[in-house]
Amino acid sequence: MSKHLIEPNDLSNEEILKLIEVGKEIQVNPKKYNQLCSGKILASLFFEPSTRTKFSFDAAMIRLGGHIIGFADANTSSAKKGESLADTIRVMNFYSDIIVMRHPKEGAPKLASEYSNVPIINAGDGGHNHPTQTLTDLLTISKYKKTLENHTIALVGDLKYGRTVHSLIKTLAKFNSKKFILVSPDELKLPSFIIDYLKVNYPEIEIAEARYLEDVIEEVDIIYMTRIQKERFFNEGDYIKLKNSFLLNKEKMKKAKKDAIVMHPLPRVNEISYEIDDDPRCVYFDQSNQGVFIRMALITKMLEVGDYASC
Amino acid sequence: MRLVNSIENGIVIDHITAGKGMIVFNELKLKDVCNTIVLLMGIPSKHLNKKDILKIEGDFKLDPKVLGLIDTNIIVNYIEDNKVIKKEHVSVPDKVSDIIKCDNPRCISHTDDYAKPIFTLMKQNGELEYQCSYCEEITKIKFK
Repeated sequence: MSKHLIEPNDLSNEEILKLIEVGKEIQVNPKKYNQLCSGKILASLFFEPSTRTKFSFDAAMIRLGGHIIGFADANTSSAKKGESLADTIRVMNFYSDIIVMRHPKEGAPKLASEYSNVPIINAGDGGHNHPTQTLTDLLTISKYKKTLENHTIALVGDLKYGRTVHSLIKTLAKFNSKKFILVSPDELKLPSFIIDYLKVNYPEIEIAEARYLEDVIEEVDIIYMTRIQKERFFNEGDYIKLKNSFLLNKEKMKKAKKDAIVMHPLPRVNEISYEIDDDPRCVYFDQSNQGVFIRMALITKMLEVGDYASC
Repeated sequence: MRLVNSIENGIVIDHITAGKGMIVFNELKLKDVCNTIVLLMGIPSKHLNKKDILKIEGDFKLDPKVLGLIDTNIIVNYIEDNKVIKKEHVSVPDKVSDIIKCDNPRCISHTDDYAKPIFTLMKQNGELEYQCSYCEEITKIKFK
């Protein structure tokens, strides 16, 4: 792989499968990993709020025996004083061995990587990419569906600004997905450049669109829900009109396959009814849990320790 | 008909599709230079029926990529001592930087001076479409 993880294609299929393998091994044998990053420092630069991603990276580094510095709010950094991202990164290179960053501007991690001697991990850039959520998703799929290949996946909700969807769809395409079904309101459709990318590079994958999840749920192996954000709409009326049409509830789940799984990068707002949380097919909370293990695997890979130590 | 003298040293941008001469003038920012400039519009042409011509007297650093984005009919003639020393047919550039700005308002290139995006040509049927190296969004080329 390249030295940095900026977008999903920075990892080959073999590298992804190895990360999944290590992520599973960490769960079985955590003691083997708990001092691998002793003496190493992870800089956690969150220019935008986060709960799961930030704390799962923090937990991952702590469980590897390493240390964390950084900020969870850009207002407490020199970015507030107008410092350029490049300067922040140059300085943080002196203080850390690896940098995890989230930024509201799309392409910011790529810019950071151009000025960094230590590995940069993109923890989400605007509506663009979120490759470590994708790794989390893949570990979850591998756990529950045994293979990453040949699935029919419904992607539901905000497909336009949903960075988790953008990263996931590009990566699953590399693993011979059977079909993608895109379920979103007209205002939040998947960007055309991603559809073009899929058609050019993976013409064998079927891509379909549906207005309602219930119309297609019977054929779906993986239901990937995302949050529809109120601020994406010009007026509140449109938002209210649409928000419930993408609600996944008990009634809709009756039509889903017995071995289907429901995923969500979280946080959810009102797209998944609480009444289905106990359905064994709903794996979104364990999905968050898997995020720690895959991030542990990724950190060891990028710092070249443990299973990734050079001989 | 008004006669315009040929130039001794400089550049003649010929075969501009009629009506696009002013766009070329603006995009090359010729109102800001000290050179003598002549813009001829609606000149009869065998190939184009009508064409525009732009003459720039003296030293001028021309980026042919800008012209390729505007009009691929253009031929640039480089003149030295009253002779054409080089003719250049412009083409749509595969990659550009500096000339265009990313259409995506959320792109880092709008807020950080260090970000110098490179745009890669994705489509050239009708409108030209370029992809930003930072945010990957598509920018369509439009000239007013």
